[in-house]
Amino acid sequence: MNSTRKAGGFFARLSSTRIVYLVALLTLIVGAVLVATTGRNFFSPGNISSILTGTSVLGFIAIGQTLVILVGSLDLSVPYVASLTSLIAAGVMANSSANILPGVLLALGAAAVIGLANGLIVAGLKVHGFIATLGMGLIISGYLATNFKGSFGQAPFAFRLVGATGLGPVPISTLIMLGCAVLAMLLLHRTRTGHHIYAVGGDLNVARMSGIRVQTPIITAHVLCSLLAGMAGLLLASRLGVGSPTVGSQGGYDLLSIAAVVLGGTLLSGGKGTITGTLGGVLIFAMLDNIMSVMQVNPFLKDVVRGVVIVVAVAVYARRSIVKRQPRFGHGQPEEPARKQEVAA
Amino acid sequence: MSRTMPPAGAAVLEQNRAGAGERFLRGLATPGGAVFLLLVALLAAIIVANPSFGEPESLIRFIGRTAPIAIAAIGQYFVIVAGEFDLSMGSVVTMQVIVAGNLIGDDDAKVLPVLLLMLVLGALIGLINGLVTTLLKVPSFIVTLGMMLALFGLVMFWTGGAAQGNPADSFRQIGRGGIQDVPVFGVIPYPVIILAVAAALGFWLMRRPYGRTLIAAGDNSAAAALTGARVWWVRTRAFMLSSLAATVSGILLVGYAGVHPSVGRGYEFTAITAVVLGGVVLGGGRGWLLSAAAGAFALESLFTLLNFLGVESTWRDTVQGVIIIVAVAAAARSWQRRRRGSALPARAEQHRITATSAKPAEGTEQGGNGY
Amino acid sequence: MRTKGIRTAVTLAAASSLLALTACTTDPSVTEDTGTASEGASPGATEQTEWFDQALYDEQNEQRTATFEGSPDEPWLQYIAGDMTDTSKFASEGGHKVCFANASISNPWRQTGWITMNEQLKVLQDEGVVSEMETRDAKDNDNTQIADIDYFINEGNCDAFIISPNSTAALTPAVERACETGKPVVVFDRGVETDCATTFIHPIGGFAWGIDSANFLTERLQEGDKVVALRILPGVDVLEQRWAAAEKIFAEKGIEATDYFTNADPTEIKKIISDELATGDVQGVWMDAGDGAVAAIEAFEDAGKDLPVMTGEDELSFLRKWKETGIDALAPVYSNFQWRTPLLAVQKIFAGEEVPAEWVLPQQPIPAEELDDWLERNDGMPDGHYAKFGGEDLPGYPDVWQQRQMP
Repeated sequence: MNSTRKAGGFFARLSSTRIVYLVALLTLIVGAVLVATTGRNFFSPGNISSILTGTSVLGFIAIGQTLVILVGSLDLSVPYVASLTSLIAAGVMANSSANILPGVLLALGAAAVIGLANGLIVAGLKVHGFIATLGMGLIISGYLATNFKGSFGQAPFAFRLVGATGLGPVPISTLIMLGCAVLAMLLLHRTRTGHHIYAVGGDLNVARMSGIRVQTPIITAHVLCSLLAGMAGLLLASRLGVGSPTVGSQGGYDLLSIAAVVLGGTLLSGGKGTITGTLGGVLIFAMLDNIMSVMQVNPFLKDVVRGVVIVVAVAVYARRSIVKRQPRFGHGQPEEPARKQEVAA
Repeated sequence: MSRTMPPAGAAVLEQNRAGAGERFLRGLATPGGAVFLLLVALLAAIIVANPSFGEPESLIRFIGRTAPIAIAAIGQYFVIVAGEFDLSMGSVVTMQVIVAGNLIGDDDAKVLPVLLLMLVLGALIGLINGLVTTLLKVPSFIVTLGMMLALFGLVMFWTGGAAQGNPADSFRQIGRGGIQDVPVFGVIPYPVIILAVAAALGFWLMRRPYGRTLIAAGDNSAAAALTGARVWWVRTRAFMLSSLAATVSGILLVGYAGVHPSVGRGYEFTAITAVVLGGVVLGGGRGWLLSAAAGAFALESLFTLLNFLGVESTWRDTVQGVIIIVAVAAAARSWQRRRRGSALPARAEQHRITATSAKPAEGTEQGGNGY
Repeated sequence: MRTKGIRTAVTLAAASSLLALTACTTDPSVTEDTGTASEGASPGATEQTEWFDQALYDEQNEQRTATFEGSPDEPWLQYIAGDMTDTSKFASEGGHKVCFANASISNPWRQTGWITMNEQLKVLQDEGVVSEMETRDAKDNDNTQIADIDYFINEGNCDAFIISPNSTAALTPAVERACETGKPVVVFDRGVETDCATTFIHPIGGFAWGIDSANFLTERLQEGDKVVALRILPGVDVLEQRWAAAEKIFAEKGIEATDYFTNADPTEIKKIISDELATGDVQGVWMDAGDGAVAAIEAFEDAGKDLPVMTGEDELSFLRKWKETGIDALAPVYSNFQWRTPLLAVQKIFAGEEVPAEWVLPQQPIPAEELDDWLERNDGMPDGHYAKFGGEDLPGYPDVWQQRQMP
């Protein structure tokens, strides 16, 4: 705490999670004003529901992505896992409520197997996460394109309710996503595996030398990431009513989720970051999309805005990290509490 | 910058003491060398599947059409060996293709000015990527991801999606034409010559102090900085080289394929795949430039082989996925063995600095300076 | 400090539960009925991995030679006589707000149509029929488009919906929700598995395209000749049906056909053709969309082979290359002028005029005899423009299309 106070500058005094939510607040205010100029209400139930719906799918994936990034890896296979699980779920359910449970379990089981494979390739074969999951994504993508020509299966009514029901303006899917976020936080902060995830992502060799079996957290993170991508796939099956071989790649969730995680203040090299921050990053993206859609911004310009926002926002955190880490070289002592705070923030 | 010379230079001298034959064989046993074996195996398989492919005319044409992706891989190599990513490559290719189509038109007089403009644009994009990465400390994955989105969006917004049409034939000749009536080969396509020049320049550059500093910066940024190198500028130039390579690819593709907004789509991932297939390690500090180019050829050969074997085109992704995982896993084992294998110090010498590198499985961050 | 993250989450959860107490809402239109209804409409929904549909094939085969009502000078208003929807209940004066849920403008065909649609909008705004059109672009994403439609239903104050679905089955429930608002719903281009829309506008369809193009090729080729089929991507109904019909005809006539997915990337197309030419001669090229056709022809030129018999599309780059090389070709058309029709349908609906329940627009390929005429009519347009865009009488012609101006 001390070291952060000493270092000057406004941003330097803030934890990255707080900056994320400041940016989110700023987006909210600008959004409310802009939306008001079109004669709409940013805070109307329909609009809030629209924004929150936008956070659900990306939220699931980004939570998982946070775990793998924290452990020092990446997951580029998430869109294909989401497509595959949507197909498995809708295919197994085949419009019968009795099949919901088997459908969900089979879909998540397949996702977990893929995650396990990713984890084993990264931790066991020492393949960089980028390549391992890019390759896994390609493998699944080829399978999907060869075996599924268009949508497949049918989600029964009871299952489709999950994607269509809300408590007030808050969709059930968003609540489930937040539930997963809480579980992920508990994992990170309350369990040994969670601490090991931070340790391995911070410095693999130091972690190994401190007696951590470094494979376990890496594999765990990958399995959980795929499972969460599977949850996203289930939600998509619920919203679409069918499984679709392209629904994951349509969303561009691989790069978008990584961007959301980094936007949420997590270090892309691992070891530092929070789930809360990621949720903030996802919220910023959802609000940005919502505002631009209400303003009827040209679809091509939307990408320009997204691209600029990602870089500018991350530049703000990056500046802060530099200031913050400086004392590390001067005095060894304050580093430890500062780090703990970051971990918990 | 010459101050970085002694350690690296000493390593090379040590290497050079071995005989040429031994060095060659030793080289093949590295991931960077193994890709050449893979390439030869794939080419042999293609020739078995379709003997006419082995004729010099077909081979040279194959080299010509692979030149754009090989040049892109060479550009991406500079960035990856410095411990960074360039995801904006595909968008740069698309932008350059459309700039050529829309600004040159049928007017031969505009070819040179627009060509110049394209090179300036390419360098400028690389400069922005590099400066934001090095000075603002934004991870290059994010910088170039943002650039990829923004650039493509701007180009599509500017053109309304539809390109005006193919530019003047004189411009397209660069990518489509060649030197006629050459013995044995028949025609030597210009892209082959441009690729050869690019590879030679790159090879030369990597042997210059710049190349050595670049590898040092990718391997251990802090150590490189301590030797007095301006690491930020070394890295920034790597991004400029990458964007310029994408520009050259774009120029060739305008000739080879023509102008269309989907030219260049996914080029960044293909280029990264090629580089990695060439045994270059993501995270920086290890790998050879010519192996990266060979990786591009191996990848293209693979696709061609699948075409000749009549494999359903939808399975192509799967095969590509398996190959890159297997190749990189094999490379990782090989690098590991080398690090442990202290019995042969001369062999380990070349990668001496690497042996102390902390994080073999990482590298999404820019080399660790500042964090 | 350590528990702060958890506290935040707990706060969030608590806030959500508070909201939960205020109201529990289920989208009223998601009911048990819609599930069975959509199943009834398309019994094959569960097992739809084969795209060939004999009944639809036969229907579209007949429609190719059917008589169209209305003036051939305005093909975007022509239709095949059939069931009409009575719209007298919608008859009303004054400007109406139209909400348009668009799948995307990510390819030149959709961009051209989008420009045309906006010019048509200006005309109707000047006439006072439409006050404004609010558009949401789903960027080729089913999930986004479902959210877009729900947003329009809840927040849009829409007087009418126009929906260009991104995919068939996935968008069906959302279109049904739009229908249940009681406002007119116009669906165009790709269809959905419900007939609740006031009118569904589309050119004859993919099977007709496949029949036109495959018949043209088989008439000119011998049994045993080779055709390379260049397809954009799998899984899109209007594209899959084109190939399903063509594949059947090629098989019947003993033509050897190999198909590839190209993502419409000319680099891929050129490589594929080059590889095919390296393994043997290719007599015909079939495409499910015309962009990239130039690369295919150039691959033959560069390899020094005889140019193939070919079918492309009414995209100008193909028409120009066709003219330049003098190949034996046909340009099948997936009528781009259909982008005008939805707004004109809205005009008719608010005037209380009946509209066809299924508005089948003409889809006439461009044969060699008409090539010069279509090239002349589209002089000065960019290569990515479509000859049968049907906007020549709209105010912005020709600058808006030449400059590719779109909002």
